[in-house]
Amino acid sequence: MTAAPLLELDNLSTHYVSAQGTRVIRAVDEVSLRVNAGETLGIVGESGSGKSTLALTLLRVLPPAARIVGGRMMFEGEDLVTKSDAEMQEIRGKRIAMILQDPMASLNPLFTIGNQVAEPIRVHEGVSRSTAWRRARELLKAVRIPSPETRVRQYPHEMSGGMRQRIVGAIGISCEPRLLIADEPTTSLDLTIQAQYLNLLRDLQREHGLALIFITHNLGIVAKMCDQLAVMYAGRVIEAGPVSRIFNAPAHPYTMALLNSIPRMGDPDQRLTAIEGQPPNLAALPPGCSFAPRCPQVMPRCRDAAPPAFTPEEGRIARCWLAEPVAAGTDLRVASGAA
Amino acid sequence: MYVIEASGLSKHFHARRGVFGGDRGVVRAVDGISFAIEQGQTLGIVGESGCGKTTTSKLVLGLEQPTGGTMRFEGCDLQELDAAGRRNYRKSVQAVFQDPYASLNPRMRISAIIAEPLVTNERLQAAEVRERVLGLLEVVGLPAHAADLFPHEFSGGQRQRIAIARALSLSPKLIVLDEPVSALDVSIRAQILNLLRDLQARLGLSYLFIAHDLAAVAHMSHTIAVMYLGQIVETGEARALARAPKHPYTEALFSAALPIHPDERREEIILPGEVPSPLNPPSGCRFHPRCPRAMARCAETAPVLREIEGSLVACHLYDALDAAPGVRRLEPLAESA
Amino acid sequence: MSIPADVIRLPARESRFLAIRRIRFGEYPVIPILILAVIAFLAVFANQLAPHDPEVGILSARFHPPFWQAGGSTEYLLGTDQLGRDVLSRLIFGARISMVVGFTAVIFAGFVGTVLGIVSGYLGGWVDQLVMRLTDTWLALPALTFAIFLAAIVGPSMWNIVIILGAVYWTRYARVIRGEVLSLKEREFVRLAIVAGCSKWTIMRRHILPNVVNTAIVLGTLMLGVVIVAEASLSFLGVGVPPPEPAWGLMLADGKEGLMVGYWWLTVFPGGCIMLMVLAANLLGDWLRVKLDPQLRQL
Repeated sequence: MTAAPLLELDNLSTHYVSAQGTRVIRAVDEVSLRVNAGETLGIVGESGSGKSTLALTLLRVLPPAARIVGGRMMFEGEDLVTKSDAEMQEIRGKRIAMILQDPMASLNPLFTIGNQVAEPIRVHEGVSRSTAWRRARELLKAVRIPSPETRVRQYPHEMSGGMRQRIVGAIGISCEPRLLIADEPTTSLDLTIQAQYLNLLRDLQREHGLALIFITHNLGIVAKMCDQLAVMYAGRVIEAGPVSRIFNAPAHPYTMALLNSIPRMGDPDQRLTAIEGQPPNLAALPPGCSFAPRCPQVMPRCRDAAPPAFTPEEGRIARCWLAEPVAAGTDLRVASGAA
Repeated sequence: MYVIEASGLSKHFHARRGVFGGDRGVVRAVDGISFAIEQGQTLGIVGESGCGKTTTSKLVLGLEQPTGGTMRFEGCDLQELDAAGRRNYRKSVQAVFQDPYASLNPRMRISAIIAEPLVTNERLQAAEVRERVLGLLEVVGLPAHAADLFPHEFSGGQRQRIAIARALSLSPKLIVLDEPVSALDVSIRAQILNLLRDLQARLGLSYLFIAHDLAAVAHMSHTIAVMYLGQIVETGEARALARAPKHPYTEALFSAALPIHPDERREEIILPGEVPSPLNPPSGCRFHPRCPRAMARCAETAPVLREIEGSLVACHLYDALDAAPGVRRLEPLAESA
Repeated sequence: MSIPADVIRLPARESRFLAIRRIRFGEYPVIPILILAVIAFLAVFANQLAPHDPEVGILSARFHPPFWQAGGSTEYLLGTDQLGRDVLSRLIFGARISMVVGFTAVIFAGFVGTVLGIVSGYLGGWVDQLVMRLTDTWLALPALTFAIFLAAIVGPSMWNIVIILGAVYWTRYARVIRGEVLSLKEREFVRLAIVAGCSKWTIMRRHILPNVVNTAIVLGTLMLGVVIVAEASLSFLGVGVPPPEPAWGLMLADGKEGLMVGYWWLTVFPGGCIMLMVLAANLLGDWLRVKLDPQLRQL
């Protein structure tokens, strides 16, 4: 039984355009992804990968210089790309919610916590003030904030970073969205607080049947929290599939190099595999595969033509010539061992 | 002989209530810590916000003066150094900071940036300075023509290399690395960490490595010190500490360090509550309100650092073991969080 | 259903109206630079360009209108004033005064204000307190009134006016520069310079100063407009550059009675010149601000 995916991106592209129409930056380039209800998708990428632009595109909160130039975003069967502003406003906060990296920037210092948690409830469900505040208190309890009755009247600056991030989470789930997008939510948190927070997110997800999209550069978080993984580079998804499979047998040299470049806890005197070169400059991408200048397994063909998305295994894709089926029936041709 | 040896080092700040308020209390940012760094070795310091690791790095760099305790550089007490001795200390201890975009003066050329410590501290001819700069660029893996460019023409990773080249210009004995790779892309971090290790092997440098990425610290350090609220709770050889932590906080910290493989299951220890404020540290052992293994004694008396099987640990769990030799590692907790 | 604004076909095209605002050849703001260049040209070559002596008039040729009106002649292209002096020549020589006073006062104020801003911002402590209290007091006085007061004391002459205007307006620089220095001071490259062993003065000179110069320049271009209007106001009130030197503000003052009887050219032309120069300075300052601040640069 395959249910329709909750969110399906089909060749979505977002470009930044300068005012004169001259410089075009393909921040998101023909991205296709799929998230099922209740599932967690991790989107991993570094600077210039386009992952943050992708997050903004999903909620249609792009800056003025950015344009969606193609593709579809199917959410519960409807194409978000064609929705008007008013329709998107109905969706934002209510059916799709987002939490950001910096909790201090996400919270208005002038309003109480209760006010801010109650706000989306009042906006979307039009309930009375007292009902909304009651719901707010319950939400604070749900995100494990001690003594919610007193906290509800406090201001953001009176809370620690970890608590603020949990409040942001409470605001996110206040209207029971189907999908929660978390953009680097733990980067500013201490390690032990991060552990608390991720645990909370996982429990919330289970209780509410939320689908979660985790946007991060930290593969450790992906390993802990996510079912599916999409790796982005220079605006494209270069590898996608189940987390376990990708960690065990990465199909794209970038993914493999990334996994090998991270120091491991138990490994003594391991020399880290460094990826040479610099992250890509989106304004001046090389022809062919954008990873070619840095790829340890580059072939002449890679510089001529950008590889399409191949399917090395059921449920996985990889944009790499190495993953091209050699003959009918061959699937994964991962250059294992070579680093 | 140790390059740096600190003994009972403290730094207290006075917090005031508003502009006109009186004394609100004392912030014991660093409260009686002792550590030693050997030649050619790396001491890693880990801990969360408010633990005092940044203040410690400032004390070592001389950007702050200690309010208590002593620090010795190659055997000499820093307080007793004369002007020449202090200058010598400055030259021997340099730093690389976290933000590659703020570490370089955007209006200066790379050659001037790298040469600045040289030019400030030594009398050299321009040609000699230039030669040294080019040599340093080569050591950190940058091309010679980089010398005449400006910082904005370089990426984050390259700027950190420039910062490292500058730190090396005076041939220091110790470099304080304060989150040197946290602001860099993941794929670039390995380059810089490898470079730092190579330089240590080649030049016999000592490092004070401060980072919140435990795996990076464990990878780079020979010895790790774990700090909590201004005190060191455990010090030990890096791999041993990472594999088998002795202090409950160290255990929780390393369990929170995320697994690198989805199939890897690590025991999850979730600490309750927040890190308390350094203004009002808890009585007795400062960790006891959050400690999953706290006993009655922990709230009353503060534990002292004692040597257990090659590490130094400050925890009452090991009091009984004074009598009986042979430590076992911490037993898994009866119930998980 | 119309296509929403953030989903659109490439390339984006700007509306005509907005495009005019940004007329550029390549990267530079042509019009302001052209205006200022013309004024500078007039100022430098005033002696050669002006058809008549700006200070001496022929009384029989009073109140001639500009040449395109009845009664005018090409002898006096823009007409004459109440003493028979050629308006055009006075405008040209007036450019010299506005330029010299404007630029010099701005540079003087900028120099004093920047130095004080850097020193007080970086050193902090009692130096900062002293400079800031001084600045506060100075700023509390209304600029123009203060200038008039000073002019009345020292007596009017062109260089006195320059010094007075510099003395009145340095505080704006000091405040802004000090703010920048406060945040620059915390930047890591300054800390590293301390670690490298540099003295406070070396740091101020080598690290702080070059990084505030941009702000000072932008502030300068914006202050240029203010200073020119201030100079014109002083002249208008009779305490500026003394007659018979043809300052634009003075021309405005002299001509204001004539306005009532229809001698419009006596005020419109000098007023227009003041406006053009200030406009050019402001546009240039705007452009410079964007150009010199990398964060504001567009894609």
